[in-house]
Amino acid sequence: MNNMTLIFSLLLAVAMIGTAVMAIWPARSRAIAILAAGAVSLFASIMFLLLAAPDVAMTEAAIGSGLTTFLFFFVLGRVRRNEDD
Amino acid sequence: MTKRILATLLLLGMGAIFMDLLFGYSPDTSLNTSAEFYAQNTAADTGAANIVTAIIVTFRGLDTLGEVTVLFLTAAIVALVLHSDTVRPARAKQGWPVGELLQTGTRLLVPLITLFGAYIFINGHLTPGGGFQGGAILASAVLLMLLADPARRFGHGLISRIESVSGLFYIAIGVLGLLVAGGFLDNRILPLGEFGSILSAGAIPLIYVLVGLKVGAEFSSIMASLSESEDT
Amino acid sequence: MTVANIAMATGFILIIIGLYGAMTHRDILRMIVAFSVAATGTNLVLIAVGYLPGRTAPILDAAVPVETAATAIVDPVPQALVLTAIVIGLGVTALMLAFAYKIHATKGTLDISKLTDLKW
Repeated sequence: MNNMTLIFSLLLAVAMIGTAVMAIWPARSRAIAILAAGAVSLFASIMFLLLAAPDVAMTEAAIGSGLTTFLFFFVLGRVRRNEDD
Repeated sequence: MTKRILATLLLLGMGAIFMDLLFGYSPDTSLNTSAEFYAQNTAADTGAANIVTAIIVTFRGLDTLGEVTVLFLTAAIVALVLHSDTVRPARAKQGWPVGELLQTGTRLLVPLITLFGAYIFINGHLTPGGGFQGGAILASAVLLMLLADPARRFGHGLISRIESVSGLFYIAIGVLGLLVAGGFLDNRILPLGEFGSILSAGAIPLIYVLVGLKVGAEFSSIMASLSESEDT
Repeated sequence: MTVANIAMATGFILIIIGLYGAMTHRDILRMIVAFSVAATGTNLVLIAVGYLPGRTAPILDAAVPVETAATAIVDPVPQALVLTAIVIGLGVTALMLAFAYKIHATKGTLDISKLTDLKW
Protein backbone atom coordinates (compact mmCIF):
# COMPACT_ATOMS: atom_id res chain seq x y z
CA MET A 1 0.00 0.00 0.00
CA ASN A 2 2.83 2.32 0.75
CA ASN A 3 4.41 1.53 -2.59
CA MET A 4 1.22 2.45 -4.40
CA THR A 5 1.07 5.89 -2.80
CA LEU A 6 4.73 6.44 -3.60
CA ILE A 7 4.29 5.57 -7.27
CA PHE A 8 1.14 7.67 -7.47
CA SER A 9 2.84 10.68 -5.95
CA LEU A 10 5.76 10.27 -8.35
CA LEU A 11 3.34 10.27 -11.29
CA LEU A 12 1.62 13.36 -9.91
CA ALA A 13 4.96 15.13 -9.49
CA VAL A 14 5.97 14.42 -13.09
CA ALA A 15 2.58 15.61 -14.37
CA MET A 16 2.80 18.78 -12.28
CA ILE A 17 6.25 19.68 -13.56
CA GLY A 18 5.21 18.95 -17.15
CA THR A 19 2.18 21.24 -16.95
CA ALA A 20 4.21 23.95 -15.22
CA VAL A 21 6.72 23.94 -18.09
CA MET A 22 3.81 24.21 -20.49
CA ALA A 23 2.48 27.18 -18.53
CA ILE A 24 5.61 29.27 -19.09
CA TRP A 25 6.63 28.09 -22.55
CA PRO A 26 6.67 31.32 -24.56
CA ALA A 27 5.50 29.97 -27.89
CA ARG A 28 2.05 28.89 -26.76
CA SER A 29 -1.00 31.10 -26.76
CA ARG A 30 -2.00 32.82 -23.53
CA ALA A 31 -5.16 30.79 -23.09
CA ILE A 32 -3.19 27.52 -22.98
CA ALA A 33 -0.80 28.99 -20.40
CA ILE A 34 -3.72 29.97 -18.16
CA LEU A 35 -5.29 26.51 -18.47
CA ALA A 36 -1.96 24.88 -17.65
CA ALA A 37 -1.68 26.97 -14.47
CA GLY A 38 -5.17 25.77 -13.48
CA ALA A 39 -4.07 22.19 -14.09
CA VAL A 40 -1.00 22.69 -11.85
CA SER A 41 -3.36 23.84 -9.08
CA LEU A 42 -5.52 20.75 -9.58
CA PHE A 43 -2.60 18.33 -9.34
CA ALA A 44 -1.32 20.18 -6.28
CA SER A 45 -4.75 19.76 -4.68
CA ILE A 46 -4.55 15.97 -5.16
CA MET A 47 -1.05 15.94 -3.70
CA PHE A 48 -2.35 17.83 -0.65
CA LEU A 49 -4.74 14.91 -0.13
CA LEU A 50 -1.84 12.48 -0.20
CA LEU A 51 -0.12 14.62 2.42
CA ALA A 52 -3.11 14.24 4.81
CA ALA A 53 -4.40 17.83 4.49
CA PRO A 54 -8.08 17.72 3.39
CA ASP A 55 -8.88 21.34 4.35
CA VAL A 56 -6.06 22.70 2.26
CA ALA A 57 -6.95 20.41 -0.67
CA MET A 58 -10.52 21.72 -0.70
CA THR A 59 -9.38 25.35 -0.53
CA GLU A 60 -6.79 24.93 -3.28
CA ALA A 61 -9.26 23.20 -5.58
CA ALA A 62 -11.98 25.82 -5.11
CA ILE A 63 -9.83 28.95 -5.08
CA GLY A 64 -6.64 28.12 -6.97
CA SER A 65 -8.11 26.02 -9.72
CA GLY A 66 -11.55 27.59 -9.99
CA LEU A 67 -11.68 31.27 -9.18
CA THR A 68 -8.15 32.14 -10.34
CA THR A 69 -8.65 30.57 -13.78
CA PHE A 70 -11.94 32.41 -14.12
CA LEU A 71 -10.35 35.76 -13.20
CA PHE A 72 -7.60 35.23 -15.77
CA PHE A 73 -10.05 34.41 -18.54
CA PHE A 74 -12.18 37.43 -17.76
CA VAL A 75 -9.26 39.80 -18.14
CA LEU A 76 -7.95 37.91 -21.18
CA GLY A 77 -11.35 38.28 -22.84
CA ARG A 78 -11.42 42.03 -22.24
CA VAL A 79 -7.88 42.51 -23.45
CA ARG A 80 -8.42 40.45 -26.57
CA ARG A 81 -11.56 42.27 -27.55
CA ASN A 82 -9.61 45.51 -27.49
CA GLU A 83 -6.56 44.13 -29.25
CA ASP A 84 -8.30 42.08 -31.91
CA ASP A 85 -5.32 39.92 -32.72
CA MET B 1 19.82 37.77 -24.14
CA THR B 2 21.84 38.86 -21.14
CA LYS B 3 18.61 38.94 -19.14
CA ARG B 4 18.13 35.26 -19.83
CA ILE B 5 21.67 34.37 -18.86
CA LEU B 6 21.47 36.39 -15.65
CA ALA B 7 18.12 34.84 -14.78
CA THR B 8 19.47 31.35 -15.38
CA LEU B 9 22.55 31.99 -13.20
CA LEU B 10 20.41 33.38 -10.39
CA LEU B 11 18.05 30.43 -10.53
CA LEU B 12 20.95 27.96 -10.56
CA GLY B 13 22.16 29.57 -7.34
CA MET B 14 18.69 29.25 -5.83
CA GLY B 15 18.56 25.65 -7.02
CA ALA B 16 21.80 24.88 -5.18
CA ILE B 17 20.37 26.28 -1.93
CA PHE B 18 17.15 24.30 -2.41
CA MET B 19 19.06 21.08 -3.03
CA ASP B 20 21.01 21.65 0.14
CA LEU B 21 17.75 22.07 2.06
CA LEU B 22 16.24 19.02 0.41
CA PHE B 23 19.06 16.64 1.24
CA GLY B 24 19.20 17.79 4.82
CA TYR B 25 15.53 17.10 5.36
CA SER B 26 14.10 13.94 6.89
CA PRO B 27 10.50 13.76 8.08
CA ASP B 28 9.90 14.00 11.81
CA THR B 29 8.78 11.03 13.82
CA SER B 30 6.85 12.78 16.56
CA LEU B 31 4.99 16.05 16.87
CA ASN B 32 6.84 19.11 18.07
CA THR B 33 5.77 20.85 21.27
CA SER B 34 3.23 23.34 19.96
CA ALA B 35 1.52 20.76 17.73
CA GLU B 36 1.31 18.40 20.67
CA PHE B 37 -0.33 21.12 22.75
CA TYR B 38 -2.93 21.66 20.03
CA ALA B 39 -3.54 17.93 19.66
CA GLN B 40 -4.10 17.34 23.35
CA ASN B 41 -6.02 20.45 24.34
CA THR B 42 -8.29 21.26 21.40
CA ALA B 43 -11.17 19.00 22.38
CA ALA B 44 -11.08 20.06 26.01
CA ASP B 45 -10.61 23.81 25.53
CA THR B 46 -12.69 24.57 22.48
CA GLY B 47 -14.87 21.53 21.86
CA ALA B 48 -14.23 21.48 18.11
CA ALA B 49 -13.47 18.28 16.23
CA ASN B 50 -11.55 19.90 13.38
CA ILE B 51 -8.21 20.97 14.83
CA VAL B 52 -7.28 23.20 11.87
CA THR B 53 -10.56 25.12 12.30
CA ALA B 54 -9.93 25.55 16.01
CA ILE B 55 -6.46 26.93 15.30
CA ILE B 56 -7.69 29.35 12.65
CA VAL B 57 -10.68 30.68 14.58
CA THR B 58 -9.63 30.69 18.23
CA PHE B 59 -5.99 29.90 18.92
CA ARG B 60 -4.73 32.16 16.13
CA GLY B 61 -7.88 34.20 15.60
CA LEU B 62 -5.97 37.44 15.22
CA ASP B 63 -4.31 36.17 12.03
CA THR B 64 -7.74 35.45 10.58
CA LEU B 65 -8.84 38.96 11.44
CA GLY B 66 -5.82 40.27 9.54
CA GLU B 67 -6.60 38.07 6.56
CA VAL B 68 -10.22 39.23 6.44
CA THR B 69 -8.97 42.82 6.54
CA VAL B 70 -6.56 42.19 3.65
CA LEU B 71 -9.37 40.67 1.58
CA PHE B 72 -11.59 43.65 2.30
CA LEU B 73 -8.82 45.97 1.20
CA THR B 74 -8.35 43.99 -2.02
CA ALA B 75 -12.04 44.13 -2.92
CA ALA B 76 -12.13 47.87 -2.22
CA ILE B 77 -9.02 48.58 -4.33
CA VAL B 78 -10.28 46.52 -7.27
CA ALA B 79 -13.58 48.39 -7.19
CA LEU B 80 -11.69 51.71 -6.97
CA VAL B 81 -9.27 50.95 -9.81
CA LEU B 82 -12.02 49.81 -12.13
CA HIS B 83 -14.45 52.50 -11.07
CA SER B 84 -14.18 55.00 -13.87
CA ASP B 85 -14.91 52.26 -16.36
CA THR B 86 -18.17 51.36 -14.70
CA VAL B 87 -19.71 54.84 -14.68
CA ARG B 88 -22.07 54.16 -17.51
CA PRO B 89 -25.52 55.44 -18.56
CA ALA B 90 -28.42 53.35 -17.39
CA ARG B 91 -28.94 51.57 -20.66
CA ALA B 92 -29.23 47.83 -20.85
CA LYS B 93 -26.00 46.04 -21.62
CA GLN B 94 -25.96 44.34 -25.01
CA GLY B 95 -25.27 40.84 -23.85
CA TRP B 96 -24.14 38.16 -26.24
CA PRO B 97 -26.71 35.40 -26.83
CA VAL B 98 -26.38 32.70 -24.20
CA GLY B 99 -27.36 29.15 -25.02
CA GLU B 100 -30.49 27.57 -23.64
CA LEU B 101 -28.54 24.76 -22.00
CA LEU B 102 -26.59 27.23 -19.88
CA GLN B 103 -29.67 29.16 -18.80
CA THR B 104 -31.71 26.13 -17.82
CA GLY B 105 -28.74 24.44 -16.21
CA THR B 106 -28.04 27.57 -14.18
CA ARG B 107 -31.58 27.66 -12.85
CA LEU B 108 -31.15 24.10 -11.66
CA LEU B 109 -27.62 24.36 -10.31
CA VAL B 110 -27.45 27.70 -8.49
CA PRO B 111 -29.68 26.70 -5.53
CA LEU B 112 -27.80 23.42 -5.14
CA ILE B 113 -24.41 25.15 -5.20
CA THR B 114 -25.54 27.74 -2.65
CA LEU B 115 -26.87 24.99 -0.37
CA PHE B 116 -23.61 23.09 -0.67
CA GLY B 117 -21.56 26.17 0.18
CA ALA B 118 -23.74 26.94 3.20
CA TYR B 119 -23.42 23.32 4.38
CA ILE B 120 -19.63 23.49 4.18
CA PHE B 121 -19.25 26.57 6.30
CA ILE B 122 -21.88 25.60 8.85
CA ASN B 123 -20.14 22.25 9.45
CA GLY B 124 -16.68 23.76 9.55
CA HIS B 125 -15.90 22.61 13.06
CA LEU B 126 -16.87 18.95 12.50
CA THR B 127 -15.63 17.95 9.05
CA PRO B 128 -13.00 19.36 6.68
CA GLY B 129 -14.26 22.67 5.44
CA GLY B 130 -14.93 26.04 6.88
CA GLY B 131 -15.57 29.65 6.05
CA PHE B 132 -13.06 30.19 3.25
CA GLN B 133 -14.00 27.12 1.25
CA GLY B 134 -17.73 27.78 1.69
CA GLY B 135 -17.29 31.42 0.70
CA ALA B 136 -15.46 30.43 -2.48
CA ILE B 137 -18.26 28.03 -3.39
CA LEU B 138 -20.88 30.74 -2.82
CA ALA B 139 -18.88 33.06 -5.07
CA SER B 140 -18.88 30.44 -7.82
CA ALA B 141 -22.67 30.28 -7.64
CA VAL B 142 -22.76 34.05 -8.15
CA LEU B 143 -20.30 33.60 -11.01
CA LEU B 144 -22.61 31.12 -12.74
CA MET B 145 -25.44 33.64 -12.50
CA LEU B 146 -23.18 36.30 -14.00
CA LEU B 147 -22.26 34.08 -16.92
CA ALA B 148 -25.78 32.97 -17.72
CA ASP B 149 -27.34 36.41 -17.72
CA PRO B 150 -24.77 39.03 -18.75
CA ALA B 151 -27.31 41.77 -19.27
CA ARG B 152 -28.53 41.74 -15.68
CA ARG B 153 -27.47 44.67 -13.51
CA PHE B 154 -25.88 43.38 -10.38
CA GLY B 155 -27.13 44.48 -6.97
CA HIS B 156 -23.95 45.97 -5.55
CA GLY B 157 -25.88 47.39 -2.61
CA LEU B 158 -26.96 44.00 -1.28
CA ILE B 159 -23.49 42.47 -1.55
CA SER B 160 -21.73 45.36 0.14
CA ARG B 161 -24.32 45.39 2.91
CA ILE B 162 -23.81 41.67 3.57
CA GLU B 163 -20.07 42.21 3.64
CA SER B 164 -20.15 45.16 6.04
CA VAL B 165 -22.67 43.58 8.41
CA SER B 166 -20.68 40.34 8.60
CA GLY B 167 -17.45 42.19 9.32
CA LEU B 168 -19.12 44.29 11.99
CA PHE B 169 -20.62 41.27 13.75
CA TYR B 170 -17.28 39.48 13.62
CA ILE B 171 -15.61 42.32 15.50
CA ALA B 172 -18.60 42.54 17.87
CA ILE B 173 -18.20 38.86 18.77
CA GLY B 174 -14.53 39.44 19.36
CA VAL B 175 -15.16 42.31 21.74
CA LEU B 176 -17.86 40.25 23.47
CA GLY B 177 -15.19 37.67 24.10
CA LEU B 178 -13.15 40.38 25.84
CA LEU B 179 -16.05 41.36 28.08
CA VAL B 180 -17.60 37.99 28.93
CA ALA B 181 -14.93 35.32 28.50
CA GLY B 182 -11.16 34.91 28.47
CA GLY B 183 -9.99 37.33 25.80
CA PHE B 184 -10.50 38.78 22.33
CA LEU B 185 -12.24 36.30 20.00
CA ASP B 186 -12.56 33.67 22.72
CA ASN B 187 -15.18 31.12 21.76
CA ARG B 188 -16.44 30.38 25.24
CA ILE B 189 -19.07 33.11 25.15
CA LEU B 190 -21.54 30.41 24.11
CA PRO B 191 -21.74 27.04 25.91
CA LEU B 192 -19.39 24.39 24.61
CA GLY B 193 -22.11 21.78 24.18
CA GLU B 194 -21.70 18.15 23.32
CA PHE B 195 -18.61 17.17 21.33
CA GLY B 196 -19.44 16.32 17.73
CA SER B 197 -22.86 17.87 17.35
CA ILE B 198 -23.63 20.92 15.25
CA LEU B 199 -24.40 23.34 18.07
CA SER B 200 -21.11 22.70 19.86
CA ALA B 201 -17.75 24.45 20.16
CA GLY B 202 -19.11 27.69 21.52
CA ALA B 203 -18.96 30.58 19.08
CA ILE B 204 -16.91 28.80 16.37
CA PRO B 205 -19.87 28.00 14.05
CA LEU B 206 -21.14 31.57 14.40
CA ILE B 207 -17.77 33.09 13.62
CA TYR B 208 -17.22 30.81 10.67
CA VAL B 209 -20.67 31.54 9.21
CA LEU B 210 -19.87 35.25 9.34
CA VAL B 211 -16.43 34.70 7.81
CA GLY B 212 -17.93 32.56 5.05
CA LEU B 213 -20.55 35.17 4.16
CA LYS B 214 -17.98 37.94 4.18
CA VAL B 215 -15.47 36.08 2.00
CA GLY B 216 -18.18 35.02 -0.46
CA ALA B 217 -19.46 38.58 -0.72
CA GLU B 218 -15.95 39.90 -1.31
CA PHE B 219 -15.12 37.46 -4.09
CA SER B 220 -18.49 38.16 -5.72
CA SER B 221 -17.89 41.90 -5.63
CA ILE B 222 -14.43 41.48 -7.21
CA MET B 223 -15.92 39.48 -10.04
CA ALA B 224 -18.87 41.82 -10.49
CA SER B 225 -16.48 44.80 -10.72
CA LEU B 226 -14.46 43.00 -13.39
CA SER B 227 -17.48 41.99 -15.39
CA GLU B 228 -19.08 45.42 -15.35
CA SER B 229 -16.05 47.30 -16.57
CA GLU B 230 -16.76 48.74 -19.93
CA ASP B 231 -15.88 47.15 -23.25
CA THR B 232 -13.87 50.00 -24.71
CA MET C 1 12.07 8.59 0.35
CA THR C 2 8.53 9.33 1.40
CA VAL C 3 5.70 11.33 -0.08
CA ALA C 4 6.95 14.40 1.77
CA ASN C 5 10.35 14.31 0.05
CA ILE C 6 8.74 14.01 -3.39
CA ALA C 7 6.31 16.84 -2.62
CA MET C 8 9.08 19.08 -1.33
CA ALA C 9 11.26 18.49 -4.40
CA THR C 10 8.30 19.19 -6.68
CA GLY C 11 7.51 22.37 -4.77
CA PHE C 12 11.07 23.64 -5.11
CA ILE C 13 11.10 22.89 -8.84
CA LEU C 14 7.78 24.70 -9.27
CA ILE C 15 9.17 27.76 -7.48
CA ILE C 16 12.18 27.84 -9.79
CA ILE C 17 10.04 27.38 -12.92
CA GLY C 18 7.64 30.11 -11.83
CA LEU C 19 10.40 32.58 -11.04
CA TYR C 20 12.11 31.90 -14.36
CA GLY C 21 8.86 32.59 -16.18
CA ALA C 22 8.27 35.79 -14.22
CA MET C 23 11.77 37.07 -14.97
CA THR C 24 12.01 36.39 -18.68
CA HIS C 25 8.57 37.05 -20.10
CA ARG C 26 7.64 40.44 -21.47
CA ASP C 27 3.86 40.10 -21.50
CA ILE C 28 2.26 41.08 -18.19
CA LEU C 29 -0.38 38.33 -18.27
CA ARG C 30 2.27 35.62 -18.66
CA MET C 31 4.20 37.08 -15.73
CA ILE C 32 1.10 36.89 -13.55
CA VAL C 33 0.52 33.25 -14.56
CA ALA C 34 4.12 32.43 -13.64
CA PHE C 35 3.68 34.08 -10.21
CA SER C 36 0.61 31.95 -9.64
CA VAL C 37 2.61 28.78 -10.38
CA ALA C 38 5.39 29.88 -7.97
CA ALA C 39 2.80 30.52 -5.22
CA THR C 40 1.41 27.01 -5.65
CA GLY C 41 4.94 25.61 -5.32
CA THR C 42 5.51 27.52 -2.08
CA ASN C 43 2.30 26.17 -0.54
CA LEU C 44 3.34 22.64 -1.51
CA VAL C 45 6.69 23.00 0.29
CA LEU C 46 5.00 24.31 3.44
CA ILE C 47 2.57 21.41 3.70
CA ALA C 48 5.31 18.89 2.97
CA VAL C 49 7.28 20.16 5.97
CA GLY C 50 4.42 19.37 8.32
CA TYR C 51 3.98 15.76 7.22
CA LEU C 52 4.74 12.89 9.57
CA PRO C 53 4.92 9.45 7.90
CA GLY C 54 2.19 6.97 8.71
CA ARG C 55 -0.19 9.47 10.28
CA THR C 56 -3.52 10.87 9.19
CA ALA C 57 -5.42 14.14 8.93
CA PRO C 58 -5.90 16.33 12.03
CA ILE C 59 -9.63 15.76 12.48
CA LEU C 60 -10.95 14.08 15.63
CA ASP C 61 -13.63 11.59 14.68
CA ALA C 62 -14.20 7.84 14.90
CA ALA C 63 -10.88 7.05 13.25
CA VAL C 64 -8.84 9.31 15.53
CA PRO C 65 -10.24 9.26 19.08
CA VAL C 66 -9.44 12.16 21.34
CA GLU C 67 -7.13 10.29 23.70
CA THR C 68 -4.68 9.03 21.08
CA ALA C 69 -4.74 12.20 19.00
CA ALA C 70 -1.19 13.24 19.81
CA THR C 71 0.24 10.10 18.20
CA ALA C 72 -2.03 9.78 15.18
CA ILE C 73 -2.20 13.16 13.43
CA VAL C 74 0.11 15.25 11.30
CA ASP C 75 1.15 18.76 12.27
CA PRO C 76 -1.90 21.04 11.98
CA VAL C 77 -0.13 24.41 12.19
CA PRO C 78 1.35 24.57 8.63
CA GLN C 79 -2.10 23.68 7.27
CA ALA C 80 -3.67 26.66 9.02
CA LEU C 81 -0.95 28.96 7.65
CA VAL C 82 -1.26 27.66 4.08
CA LEU C 83 -5.05 28.14 4.16
CA THR C 84 -4.50 31.84 4.79
CA ALA C 85 -1.76 31.96 2.15
CA ILE C 86 -3.96 30.50 -0.59
CA VAL C 87 -6.78 32.98 0.02
CA ILE C 88 -4.46 35.98 0.11
CA GLY C 89 -2.74 34.68 -3.04
CA LEU C 90 -6.05 34.95 -4.83
CA GLY C 91 -6.53 38.49 -3.54
CA VAL C 92 -3.10 39.56 -4.79
CA THR C 93 -3.68 37.93 -8.19
CA ALA C 94 -7.01 39.75 -8.54
CA LEU C 95 -5.29 43.04 -7.75
CA MET C 96 -2.50 42.37 -10.27
CA LEU C 97 -5.07 41.57 -12.95
CA ALA C 98 -7.07 44.72 -12.26
CA PHE C 99 -3.94 46.83 -12.66
CA ALA C 100 -2.93 44.95 -15.83
CA TYR C 101 -6.36 45.70 -17.28
CA LYS C 102 -5.99 49.38 -16.43
CA ILE C 103 -2.52 49.50 -18.03
CA HIS C 104 -3.92 48.00 -21.18
CA ALA C 105 -6.86 50.40 -21.19
CA THR C 106 -4.68 53.50 -20.88
CA LYS C 107 -1.56 52.52 -22.83
CA GLY C 108 -2.94 50.06 -25.34
CA THR C 109 -0.18 47.52 -24.84
CA LEU C 110 0.74 44.77 -22.41
CA ASP C 111 4.44 44.66 -23.25
CA ILE C 112 6.51 45.88 -20.31
CA SER C 113 9.41 47.05 -22.46
CA LYS C 114 7.12 49.70 -23.94
CA LEU C 115 6.11 51.16 -20.55
CA THR C 116 8.99 53.61 -20.21
CA ASP C 117 7.35 56.50 -18.38
CA LEU C 118 9.46 56.32 -15.25
CA LYS C 119 12.82 55.47 -16.80
CA TRP C 120 15.52 58.10 -17.03
